[in-house]
Amino acid sequence: MTPTLTRRQALAGAGSLTLAGTFPAPAIAQNAPIKLGGLTTLEGPFATGGQDAYRCVQMELERINHTAGGRRIEFIRESSNARADVALARARKLVEQDGVDIVLGPLSGAEGIALKDYSATLTGKTIVNGSSAAADTTLRNPSKNFFRFSTDGTQWMAGVGNYVRKTLNIPEVCVVAGDYAFPYAQVFGFSLEYCRAGGKATYLWSPLGTTDYASQIAQIPKSAGALVVVHGGTDGLAFMTQYAQAGGSLPIIGGSIMADQTMMSARGPHRKLMTGMVSGGPIADVNDDPNWNEFVARYRKRWANEGGFQSPSIHGVNYTTNLQGILGALEEVRGDLSGDQQAFQAALAKRRFKNPMGAEVSLDHNRQAVSDIFLTKIEEREGKPVTVAFARAAQINQTLGVPEAQFLALGAPSRNNTGCIVAG
Amino acid sequence: MSARLSLLALALLVLAPALLGLVLPPNQAQFWTANILGRALVYGIVALSLTFLATYGGFVSLAQMTLAGIAGYALAILVEGAVPGIVGGLPYAAAVPAALLAATLAGLLVGAIAVRTRDIYLLMITLALAMGVARFAESNIDWFNGYEGIRNVVGPVLFGVPFRDPHLFYYVALAAAAALYAGVLYLVRTPFGLVLQGIRDNPRRVAALGYDVSLHRIAAFGVAGFIAGCGGVLTTIYNIGISPGSIGLGASVNILIISVIGGLGHPAGAFVGSLIFAVFDTFAASLYDRDRFNTLIGLVFLGIVLASPDGIVGLARRLGGLRRPSRAGEQPAPRPAETG
Repeated sequence: MTPTLTRRQALAGAGSLTLAGTFPAPAIAQNAPIKLGGLTTLEGPFATGGQDAYRCVQMELERINHTAGGRRIEFIRESSNARADVALARARKLVEQDGVDIVLGPLSGAEGIALKDYSATLTGKTIVNGSSAAADTTLRNPSKNFFRFSTDGTQWMAGVGNYVRKTLNIPEVCVVAGDYAFPYAQVFGFSLEYCRAGGKATYLWSPLGTTDYASQIAQIPKSAGALVVVHGGTDGLAFMTQYAQAGGSLPIIGGSIMADQTMMSARGPHRKLMTGMVSGGPIADVNDDPNWNEFVARYRKRWANEGGFQSPSIHGVNYTTNLQGILGALEEVRGDLSGDQQAFQAALAKRRFKNPMGAEVSLDHNRQAVSDIFLTKIEEREGKPVTVAFARAAQINQTLGVPEAQFLALGAPSRNNTGCIVAG
Repeated sequence: MSARLSLLALALLVLAPALLGLVLPPNQAQFWTANILGRALVYGIVALSLTFLATYGGFVSLAQMTLAGIAGYALAILVEGAVPGIVGGLPYAAAVPAALLAATLAGLLVGAIAVRTRDIYLLMITLALAMGVARFAESNIDWFNGYEGIRNVVGPVLFGVPFRDPHLFYYVALAAAAALYAGVLYLVRTPFGLVLQGIRDNPRRVAALGYDVSLHRIAAFGVAGFIAGCGGVLTTIYNIGISPGSIGLGASVNILIISVIGGLGHPAGAFVGSLIFAVFDTFAASLYDRDRFNTLIGLVFLGIVLASPDGIVGLARRLGGLRRPSRAGEQPAPRPAETG
């Protein structure tokens, strides 16, 4: 039957590839290389982010000459398309077929939750997050084999609520946001602080992919002193364009993915409103920190002629942060992954380092990052809009300082659970 | 495909884990058992529901992955241990039949909605239904938990072994696939199946003979819904949960691709196509540039469809026909389903 033939051919192909892969290894004497599997999205909606993630990972591995803890690191790349079941199939292939020791990835939220569930079924393997930012990946039902050195979508809004209420002194805002998980998490993070500080908020939700926001713009209350826009990509662009055309002039507070390349490079009436937009997140294009300046300089030098961005993307930085976590722990245990990786995982859990943004990173008991969040403002520099960090909220944990039991009791963020709980 | 060949293939699949263990290191043998063969079987079951409709009824539906997803979501909503618990609390013994019932009813509904359409219009209406369900699941939080879907559907413990054990999973999938495959072959020889094939060839004549064409069509979609539901329950457990991405456009089209490359001329095509799909989907990135491996997958599928419009099964049948010209006509090939 034909499948037997195909199977044999594929086997032969896979076999010869495994052989080919092991040839360069003996350079480092007696030790077999550590196999690091990479998983990101080179297909689908986040393909550009995924490519940038691999750029940064490759750059970091080249810098350390593919060696950590005295052992060579063999990096095996896989790609998904931001779908949970595809990410799971790829991770299974990496772990069970390629025999990787550590997986670095994935990029998006639902994928992260799927891999967390998968990691719980493994022994002696570790999955370290790439750039996925769903809270529940580490907050509820966490897995002891899943580590995340990057912060989540709720953490990214830390400091923004207080800044708007206390520094800008705006007593009421209108929140316009996408009606799905990531905006829920971001709105939750914003509202938790803003309402505690005595702010009042109205919420307007719209499904992902909405193109006409006219009716929503008409619903923005007159009393609102600012507009909090938590949309991403083309939705954000459509909303901002229509809002500007309708003559809107409220100050704009943005979600963490508002200031991405889709918005910044597009021309149109929204540009005027976007200048000065305040936002929060794990990175900024301009950040006066030696770590960041050195990282950006290396990034530009390495990738300027090979399709790199002007400045590393949020995904590139998150993958680098997580890779730093892995590499440091490998140094710590001198590349020893024996004993079901227990020593390595203990070293991971104890890691404390500065990420490319210069933010101090450590892990909590759920193996989730506690780190700094940056408040950013959009400024025109040399005729181009860039995000500039102007303040930093230090050492933000996953529950934004609320005791964990109390935070969990608030329930998962949703359109009916905005986190707007008045201080009491 | 003769019964003898089917039994031979079944025997081979029963022995496959042991045979793989002989030629591969243990962890890789396990990977091939669960994640190539096992995965091929469970997605093959979903494709079987489409092949059944297309081969014997002439209906090409794009909603089969959606029906599988309805079973998957029903299971995830009802079963104990799923995160988040929507209804929860039911043991697998109760949740799985409920999920199959949901998929069957949804299949009947799809059949009823699409009952007056044929060919490209049937394709369009089933595609619209599929996208509608996927977008609904993506935007509804209360029942489907939106974009993140429902996780941690780990499967029951059977015979004291957890379901995620690769061999248990594989043999349950194999048993289900074999039973459904045999069931389809049996069903098409019953009066119902014969009427169905009559509808495929000439619905007016069948109606003139006094059969209710609409009712038979709806019933066929119900049967296909049940088959897809079986696949949906298994894929959901295989994926440890379900999210809208599992039933979106890409997933629905994948089922069509699996059926077409395997061949819409015989139910075996679903499994052959699914195996080829699983192998290439898994290994294309190792054989070819990782940034561009979808090109390789596309070229392989294009090659198969160009070389043999009725898929691998059709190719095998023609090769068999060349070798034994006298027996070539023993099982007349149904006309290609694409032309309705």
